[in-house]
Amino acid sequence: MSSVTLFPMSKVDRIQRALGFVALIGLLATVGFGLVWTPPDQFMGNLVRLIYIHPPLAWVGFIAYGMNFLTSLAYLWPRTRDLRWDQLAGASAEVGVLFTGLVLVTGSIWGRPAWGTWWTWDPLLTTTALLFVLYLGYLALRRVPDDPKLRARRSAIAALIAFIDVPVVYFAVLWWKSLHQAPTVLNPLTHKTYIHGSMAWTLLLGFVAFTATYAWMLMIRYRLGADEQQARVADVVLALHERQEEGR
Amino acid sequence: MSQAIELCRAVAFAGSFPLLAGVDLSIGSGEVVLIEGANGAGKTSLLRVLAGLIPVATGSIQVLGYDLLVERRSVRTEVGLVGHQSFLYEDLTAHENLQFWMRRPAVQVIEAALERVGITGRIARTPVARLSTGQRRRAVLALLVARSPRLWLLDEPHAGLDTEGRELLDGLITEAQRSGATVLISSHEIDHVSSFATRTVSMSGGRINSSDGGNSTEDVHDVS
Amino acid sequence: MFRDTLALCRKDLRVEWMTRITSLQVVPFAVVIVVLFGFALGPDPKQLRPAAPGVFWLAVLFSCILGVQRSMSVEMSDGAIDGLRLAGFDPAGIFLGKLLALVGELVGLEVLLSILTAVIFGVTLASFWLLVAATLLATVGLVAVGLLYGVLLASSRVRETLLPLLFFPVISPVLIAGTKVWQAALDRHVSTGIGWLELLGVFGAIYVAIGIVSFGPLLEDA
Repeated sequence: MSSVTLFPMSKVDRIQRALGFVALIGLLATVGFGLVWTPPDQFMGNLVRLIYIHPPLAWVGFIAYGMNFLTSLAYLWPRTRDLRWDQLAGASAEVGVLFTGLVLVTGSIWGRPAWGTWWTWDPLLTTTALLFVLYLGYLALRRVPDDPKLRARRSAIAALIAFIDVPVVYFAVLWWKSLHQAPTVLNPLTHKTYIHGSMAWTLLLGFVAFTATYAWMLMIRYRLGADEQQARVADVVLALHERQEEGR
Repeated sequence: MSQAIELCRAVAFAGSFPLLAGVDLSIGSGEVVLIEGANGAGKTSLLRVLAGLIPVATGSIQVLGYDLLVERRSVRTEVGLVGHQSFLYEDLTAHENLQFWMRRPAVQVIEAALERVGITGRIARTPVARLSTGQRRRAVLALLVARSPRLWLLDEPHAGLDTEGRELLDGLITEAQRSGATVLISSHEIDHVSSFATRTVSMSGGRINSSDGGNSTEDVHDVS
Repeated sequence: MFRDTLALCRKDLRVEWMTRITSLQVVPFAVVIVVLFGFALGPDPKQLRPAAPGVFWLAVLFSCILGVQRSMSVEMSDGAIDGLRLAGFDPAGIFLGKLLALVGELVGLEVLLSILTAVIFGVTLASFWLLVAATLLATVGLVAVGLLYGVLLASSRVRETLLPLLFFPVISPVLIAGTKVWQAALDRHVSTGIGWLELLGVFGAIYVAIGIVSFGPLLEDA
């Protein structure tokens, strides 16, 4: 309801369409540049082309969870408490889980030919997998029906619990590995991969394109949630009238 | 007479279901009020709102001088709620339950209260889970006696009590009133309760329908 | 707050004393898990010995989640949680009291379980104080997270199924660190164990702090 009064609908629609357009063009360009313009790597061959999507996907995952954390804090802070923060947090976590899933898949596809295995207990990889499961749980919690305010408070605290856990997990896994003396995996980013000018530009384009995609998806999901919220408010008004009718 | 309870257009929700759909009610201290109404009329919800357990969404609510819109927690320790749930730990004895809920008062206080409701000897030392419904209810009443709250909220208190237990309960209510406490009783036993209630309030559809006796400044308001 | 902490702790331990749920159900369950891991890993002592710390901590994790479920169901039965709100107990006191009681129960379980694991997995318990410190710190962290999620889900009907999904990923650092300290202790590498102790301490401190702050708002939801 309040989103309607804040911005006129048509303007929001225009922003959303523009974002979607930028995202689409950006993605198409990234695909085109990544597959055609840039050269294959001396050692990695065509596999190196995954570099244009894998890091941007991971980046989007991080900003999505960061956004989830900040909006959850904004909800918990009494002065800025507003159900719209909660909806934004939920929307961002959903997009984040999707992108983290894609990060894991692309990472695996990369890992198989590059390292000879689908999975390795690398700290970053392991932390990402845990991140995925953590926020799956968070989304499952959000699905438990309840009064919107109670659900929002509960979700915000759960978001806090999950977010604070991430660095602890990372350090734990890092030390866990370092004690094991496992064979060091060749990191293709730092090892012998010469990033050409065209490659750097394409990677940058990838970051921009995926960030725009994130913003676009976040916006759509948030507005969908806002519509649901509006429908719920209408329901409550109706239910109140029905309840009063019972008394006549 | 000061007002113990003052509600104006109070609305309360459970999720999106309206428990109270605009309640206007004012009750002076020392009154004994019977709340009657069909199942689902909102009697239990009203008592839980007054106890500060359910927040009021809109409207205003004052209980024992506390504004429950601002602070719901302070009022809780001053009301005694007897509901469908006993709030007792089933694995502990009645004596241990009282000790815990009263936060370790003097032993004499607990024993006097238990004796007042007829829980003595072996029964006081048996886990609540093994007591009968009536005995449990007596244990809950013992907690009320020991705490002697300023506002008694009794939700169908006669259910499950034998004749002796009912007389005991009626006696406790009279004692409470004499000591200046306000008592609200939701009940289906209208004839029995109205014999000692100072007035009767009738609820339906989450609102107060009618109210007779007492100082009825409130009445049916049409909420548009 | 401390009075409420003590009251809740005493009450929970009293309930345990009356029902013996932890001692007669959860402890045997933990024993069964350790024995089953023994079966799964085979009788070769060379394989069993390095696995012992991990097996011990997994058994503790499963027992912990049972303990949390039990601790919450005591409060949910017959509206006791409303009673706590009505009696004006301090939420932080409730959290700390339940934490203390459950940590106490679990430490008892861990003592028995460590002896059993040592015996049937063929390891010698060495560096005693390192083991004790690690076990205490880890248990505080586990129970703090468990109770937080327990009260978070208190009012919902999906507590039994959702609690493990939320609980296990968050406490994975405790599993890693707990296992590592135990390995270090059993190998008498005390210095490597200290770093892991710090991690356990930080983890416990973070979640106890979150519990103290957020138990009030969460209790109001239940």
